[in-house]
Amino acid sequence: MDKLPRWADVALVPFVSLLLAAIVAAIVLLVIGQSPTEAFKVMVEGALLSSYGWGYTLYYTTSFIFTGLAVTVAFHASMFNIGGEGQAQLGGLGVALVCLALPWPHWSVALLAAALGGAAFGAAWAAIPAYLQAKRGSHIVITTIMFNYIAASLLVYMLVDVLRPAGQMDPATARFPEGTNLPTLNHIPGLNLLFPKDVPANVTLFVALAAAWAVWMLLWRTRLGYEIRAFGKSEPAARYAGINPTKIIMVSMLISGGLAGMMAINNVMGESERLVQNAAEGAGFIGIAVALMGRNHPVGVLLAALLFGFLYQGGAELGLWTSIPIEMRIVVQGLVILFTGALDMMVRMILTRVFALFRGRPAAQGAV
Amino acid sequence: MAQGVEMTGRPATAAPFAIELKGISKAFGPVQANKDINIAVPKGTIHGIIGENGAGKSTLMSILYGFYRADAGEIFIGGRLTPIPDSQSAIRAGIGMVFQHFKLVQNFTVLENVVLGAEEGALLNTSLAKARAELQRLSRDYELDVNPDALIEDLSVGHQQRVEILKALYRQADILILDEPTGVLTPDEADHLFRILKGLRDQGKTVILITHKLREIMEATDNVSVMRRGTMVGTVKTAETSPEALAELMVGRKVLLEVEKKPATPGAVVLDVQNLRVVDEHKVERLKGVSLQIRAGEILGIAGVAGNGQSELLAALGGITKATGAVTLKGEALPLTGKGANGRARREAGIGHIPEDRQALGLIMDFAAWENMAFGYHHRPQYGAGAVLMDNAAVRAETDKQMAAYDVRPPIASLAAKSFSGGNQQKIVVAREIESGPDLLLIGQPTRGVDIGAIEFIHKQIVALRDAGKAILLVSVELDEIMSLSDRILVMFDGQVMGERDPEITNERELGLLMAGMTG
Repeated sequence: MDKLPRWADVALVPFVSLLLAAIVAAIVLLVIGQSPTEAFKVMVEGALLSSYGWGYTLYYTTSFIFTGLAVTVAFHASMFNIGGEGQAQLGGLGVALVCLALPWPHWSVALLAAALGGAAFGAAWAAIPAYLQAKRGSHIVITTIMFNYIAASLLVYMLVDVLRPAGQMDPATARFPEGTNLPTLNHIPGLNLLFPKDVPANVTLFVALAAAWAVWMLLWRTRLGYEIRAFGKSEPAARYAGINPTKIIMVSMLISGGLAGMMAINNVMGESERLVQNAAEGAGFIGIAVALMGRNHPVGVLLAALLFGFLYQGGAELGLWTSIPIEMRIVVQGLVILFTGALDMMVRMILTRVFALFRGRPAAQGAV
Repeated sequence: MAQGVEMTGRPATAAPFAIELKGISKAFGPVQANKDINIAVPKGTIHGIIGENGAGKSTLMSILYGFYRADAGEIFIGGRLTPIPDSQSAIRAGIGMVFQHFKLVQNFTVLENVVLGAEEGALLNTSLAKARAELQRLSRDYELDVNPDALIEDLSVGHQQRVEILKALYRQADILILDEPTGVLTPDEADHLFRILKGLRDQGKTVILITHKLREIMEATDNVSVMRRGTMVGTVKTAETSPEALAELMVGRKVLLEVEKKPATPGAVVLDVQNLRVVDEHKVERLKGVSLQIRAGEILGIAGVAGNGQSELLAALGGITKATGAVTLKGEALPLTGKGANGRARREAGIGHIPEDRQALGLIMDFAAWENMAFGYHHRPQYGAGAVLMDNAAVRAETDKQMAAYDVRPPIASLAAKSFSGGNQQKIVVAREIESGPDLLLIGQPTRGVDIGAIEFIHKQIVALRDAGKAILLVSVELDEIMSLSDRILVMFDGQVMGERDPEITNERELGLLMAGMTG
């Protein structure tokens, strides 16, 4: 098989995949008697054509960057971390405990402490499956999935029996103290010109961007990242080179869990300002699709996270303004994941043929 | 250039051509794999195509079999212009291909494999019966005996190869292409294969034999075409040429088929191994108390049939597997278990290791050449100050230097290891391990799958390292290599050392007996 040129591999393949997903989504809409153009218009207007819409889109994007990066780091060590959801839930617990522990004097101090708390809890939740994989060979996919369920149950227990203030009905922590409230984009000087109204996107966005840069540095500019990638490509070769497999599995999964846990500063600390049940809302799973689509590269993750942020927000708008059921948002996400992830090879193969055809043309007649 | 070589790309025979390729070119990105190839293969001959790894032989055959499309050029089959856009067209044109790695379903019978993809109609029984009769005829005509009801997984490699040939013949191939067919065969099996090929030729079939082994070309072919760096440098009659002349054509200069070296001047003991034992994961003892010593400035060769503990010896000394016993390097004891027993600690102690399997161990195939140049040595201060950051620019600079010094082609540091030919991959590993400045170098199968030019180069490097006063442990299943490079030879059998021989005095027969476990 001939290879695709790099630009087609990086840009054209995802674009065609998205286009196919959009076409199938349009057919589904037609089948249920809705107008695809109307739906598309609502989604774009609701997510991208107002500062309000951007405020939500970027908020979701922030979460997805963290979970996408989490999957990416583990993936380079050939660990498929499906447990981002549970790690993000535990990160929420960590963030909540930090926020409730002290009357924090300023949000910046609180943010630093809460980020560390969330990362520590997320990492701790990833540590057990990682240890089992490294020492016992228990498959990381199975154990991390199981840990998602355990995390959900643990959170219910903590919220119902431990952290719920006396007299409160719903299973949630108390509201975090004032000093922990993060500035949203409309409260940041300069950005407030772009975002006049209250939006959920907050300073965590910049933490997420910094995290993406840090992951890039880690993987391609440090010795540890070199070892992680080498181990991920070939464990026997890594052993030959004296790279310690246990260390790489543990470290990569701890970083991965830590990144997933840090997501909680966006949704728990930045948005809801208390910990509620199922706070992660599936962002951990979206992270898998984001990493897949972003080719496990931080830049790709940023772009894919933005796309899924748009789908999330646009989908919510559909539920608000049209009679299209909100479940349609899940259908669209599913199609995007299907085409960009599972059917990626199909698109690639077709495009490869098309490119080969164009290249074959200048050759002499009867050429092969 | 050797004399008496016709440079037209056409053999002197005037018979009609089974295959004629005209002006075939193919590029992969910056690499021009085939450049204006012209070749004509007369009907009813065995035609060898020889060239070093990476010369473009496999690419050319892949074009002929429809795996790649040529950028330019024409294919004539039996005198007719025949475009081959895919392998189905190739099969229709009467071309059959036997790949280096067989494409057989392991848990199907021979008969089922032969029929697979060529079934006629919905019911299997009719095609199976037809194939059975046809197989009987083929095996009678061509000495291709295989039990049609045997499962592939129960067959030896040589028999599996016959099934591949039968598959092609069953599809009525008139032209049979074999890609490096003897790489996996024992000498006996290879001889049988050549008899089969000659039988096919005598029945009017055309055989194209791709190889990089001169001996096989001389033994089995009628005409031979030589490729070098993507171009066809000449076609000659086999009877009118010699291995030396072919080697020169392949490499483009005179090649020493023998190793030149001075007598060794051994110094102090560098490596001392006492009673080394290795137990594998199935609790089988693979190394049963091996003791040996290597001095500075000598090459100790380990001869033996593959699988008699040589791999475990290398792995234990290289820190890849745990072992028991006592090993000292320059008088210092090396830990054989626990935290200190790993590849990194061994490298820091001064042991370099060219592993037996460069693709599985020695290189990360997806990594760029420059990333591989630091592999195992990526902690060294020269590749970045401090413990955290890696100085990619320093690694690249070192890679450019080594690629020039070791003549790695193409000298592109950013190219992935998998894009290099076997010989050039090996040069990357050899450069890395020798230039790291080891006191002891472990070498496993240094020239497996490596072409002649690179073999000569690698052998020179090994001898130069010895002459620089380093200790070398050489493991190879090629007796020629062991005998020509070693200063002392140990023979291993069943995890034990059977005896030591002096390469100046011993002969292949004596070593062969020891390799078979006979001490008499």
